[in-house]
Amino acid sequence: MNGVHDMGGMHGLGPIVAEPDEPPFHHRWEARVHAMTLASPTRSNIDAGRHRRELIPGPDYLAMSYYEKWFRSLAELLLEAGLVTPQEMAEGEAAAGAPRAEPLLKAEAVATVLTRPGSYVRAAATRPAFRLGETVRCRNLNPTGHTRLPRYARGHAGEVVAWRGAQVFPDANASGLGEQPHHLYTVRFTARELWGEAADARDSVCLDLWEPYLEPA
Amino acid sequence: MRQAPARMAHDHPGHEHGQHPPSDMELRVKALESVLVEKGLVDPAALDAIVDHYQHKVGPRNGARVVAKAWSDPAFRARLETDATAAIAELGYTGRQGEHMVALFNTPSLHNMVVCTLCSCYPWPVLGLPPVWYKSAPYRSRAVIDPRGVLAEFGVSLPQGIEVRVWDSTAEVRYLVIPERPAGTERLSEAELAALVTRDGMIGTARL
Repeated sequence: MNGVHDMGGMHGLGPIVAEPDEPPFHHRWEARVHAMTLASPTRSNIDAGRHRRELIPGPDYLAMSYYEKWFRSLAELLLEAGLVTPQEMAEGEAAAGAPRAEPLLKAEAVATVLTRPGSYVRAAATRPAFRLGETVRCRNLNPTGHTRLPRYARGHAGEVVAWRGAQVFPDANASGLGEQPHHLYTVRFTARELWGEAADARDSVCLDLWEPYLEPA
Repeated sequence: MRQAPARMAHDHPGHEHGQHPPSDMELRVKALESVLVEKGLVDPAALDAIVDHYQHKVGPRNGARVVAKAWSDPAFRARLETDATAAIAELGYTGRQGEHMVALFNTPSLHNMVVCTLCSCYPWPVLGLPPVWYKSAPYRSRAVIDPRGVLAEFGVSLPQGIEVRVWDSTAEVRYLVIPERPAGTERLSEAELAALVTRDGMIGTARL
């Protein structure tokens, strides 16, 4: 979707403000939101979680802090899954007679789960369509659902510099359509290709792009 | 680049875009946690363990060890080039948001810099959780179109003729910049070298 989250190349979003010796969390609630998101029964699909945050209306998205967005998406995913009702969320108490579950993630398993080597690489049904060194062009796609093809790359040509195997395809996975793995490539675009002649001739931008985003140039 | 005084940033954690979070965030989060715990959907001790992990177990010191080892051990550096995920796992850094690691080696003619324009992807096992500026709209929007301007704001002066290559983390590949080893450090131990490595150096918004 062409949302405000897709902000690469925009101007006018303010100064970059760095904080010396910044802590991982600024408030206890931020830490709890982070932990609840990772422990929640809704946690399994990283693409659905990202898409949920993108669906926050643009003006709100820009005004909210990172963990406010996480909280809102976690709450929405829990409501949507029917795990919590709006009334329970407002009152901080389970409704009378509400079913009790068994937590999926126990304290003793946390270290293992967080450090377990995972992989998004899957078996591929096809051979890679593009070779290293080949010039490819990003298709002009404007899906209304989740995609990881930023607007600033669409229609532009770059060179395939790495093949990362076939990986879970976020556009499908975010919508509950399954993993539908596709070959993933790192593609290098010259800064001039993306931004025009005013860009520095030496510079480039690399993106990780799935095969359905690309066509032969 | 502006620097927020530490205390002020602490009082106003939403300074990312100059706004303030609703004062009831603490209450709303507490209410949600109470319900989830009561319904058996989360284990409060598991939440404590997750918070502890990201506060104390991961952070840029992990990445600094990777960089220092790459500087002092040519065989490790070679493994880092061919399979960074496996090489980094040798040091025990694995897991969530570090599933597919790629090391980007700075050279006298190439400076690498990492961003996630679409959200805030970041290599948690080696760098910990990202700083607010990395997650902020100003950095995410400008890093790809004006990396030299962003670097100048961070106080980085680039050698003449150097190429700046920006890596936009659009998939589950996570990038770690390996800065050049500073001159005059030949006699330093790996631990002493690690102490020279900064978080921003490994994001690519600083040079060592």
